[in-house]
Amino acid sequence: MAIELEFWQLAIAASLILISGTISLLLHLELERRLLLAAVRTVVQLLLIGLVLGWIFKANQWYIVVALMLAMTLIAGFAAVGRTGRRYRGIWLDSFVSMWASSWLILAVALLAVVQVDPWYKPQYAIPLLGMILGNTLNGISLGLDRLGEELAAKRDEVESLLALGATRWEAALAPIQQAVRTGMIPIINSMMVVGLVSLPGMMTGQLLAGADPLQAVMYQIVIMFLIAAGTSLGTVSVVLLSYRRLFTPEHQFLPGRLVKRG
Amino acid sequence: MYSDDLVLLEARNLQRRHPDRRRWLLENVSLDLFAATRISITGSSGSGKTLLLRALAMLDPLDGGEIRWQGRPVSRDAIPEFRRKLIYLQQRPAIAEPAVEAALQRPFRLAVHRRRQFDRGRIVAWLDRLGRRESFLKKRAVDLSGGEAQIVALLRALQLDPTVLSLDEPTAALDPATTKAAEEMLGDWLDESPQPRAIIWVTHDAEQAARVAPRRFHMDAGRLRKAS
Repeated sequence: MAIELEFWQLAIAASLILISGTISLLLHLELERRLLLAAVRTVVQLLLIGLVLGWIFKANQWYIVVALMLAMTLIAGFAAVGRTGRRYRGIWLDSFVSMWASSWLILAVALLAVVQVDPWYKPQYAIPLLGMILGNTLNGISLGLDRLGEELAAKRDEVESLLALGATRWEAALAPIQQAVRTGMIPIINSMMVVGLVSLPGMMTGQLLAGADPLQAVMYQIVIMFLIAAGTSLGTVSVVLLSYRRLFTPEHQFLPGRLVKRG
Repeated sequence: MYSDDLVLLEARNLQRRHPDRRRWLLENVSLDLFAATRISITGSSGSGKTLLLRALAMLDPLDGGEIRWQGRPVSRDAIPEFRRKLIYLQQRPAIAEPAVEAALQRPFRLAVHRRRQFDRGRIVAWLDRLGRRESFLKKRAVDLSGGEAQIVALLRALQLDPTVLSLDEPTAALDPATTKAAEEMLGDWLDESPQPRAIIWVTHDAEQAARVAPRRFHMDAGRLRKAS
């Protein structure tokens, strides 16, 4: 069994923030206030989610689990747009729909087919699995959206001249679409390349700390890697296609005016 | 042979509002384009010349009006095919490919042109008329001057044998000799064709308008009228 932590042990770890604070003071980085705020937020947010999770685990009701999952998905959908440089009307909805459809589909595969959790909503599985899928899908959606906007803005004249020569909207948009989807998928491919060599993923580390058998921890991690790879790809493709439909009309017209640079 | 009163393109009451909804960018513009004609459109910057050409090629959503091709409205799905017949040449040419020859071959990968083939000999003959050697085809896109890019864009459109060429200041960046050669070449392209063809030529230059087109129009604040 793992060693249980007491609050005084947290206090020792938290005092390590003084190292960062001292560096900031010595180098006049003026980061002390932000460090303090970040430290307080880390403690408060995690304790809060700990309380919430404790309550949800005890309640063990499907509708409470689904409500929390929806809230997580909504936040992830909005967070993905938060990092984009160019936006259009409807981008929030597109991001949320892509996030929701891709991550919940992959979660269903994980819960029902891979891990075979019974009941399916068992919060100990459903919530952390969704969290990991969302975190990575968020990355893909945000990178894909941002890249599509940049590509279309930079290649506006090229897209327009293809349309003028008789290209369909799909033919005209294909190169930017490919570039955007590729950009969204590359980080997860990179992390699959180095996982276990350079990085020991957090979930696996957590299981090891909790005393799990290393082979079991690794098998879970392998499952997770494939889940997030699939979630990221699906999420990126769907958000890019949804934006494409907003920026190109069925009359094969490109509407660059809809892309507004965030000022 | 086709009849001279064949109307290729009809634009009826084209309307486009400024995004502020108070001004018109295009105000009730109507135009008939007959076979074997050349028309020119002059007007100051911002008068709506480019927007009109884009509207005729159905490249922008309009607030009103209709475009008809040979008497029939153009359906949504037929728009790429319509743009194969009416090619709009934008003022700032965009060459995405690494070199000239690849740029000229690019349209043949589009579904509407797939049945046709790149004809290098024809391009070389045109280049010769424009005072350029065959080695021009090897030139890298990044090394093209503004005028050379206009030549590439013009030949890229011309080789597709459109029925209507809609040209937005096509010679603005060319030297006088090449401009003259391009005007003559386009004139021959129109006159020597057994198929009905037409050219719409937007220019700042009133003298050029007089040279290239017997039918002249003037655009002012979104309205089109016959030039005197």
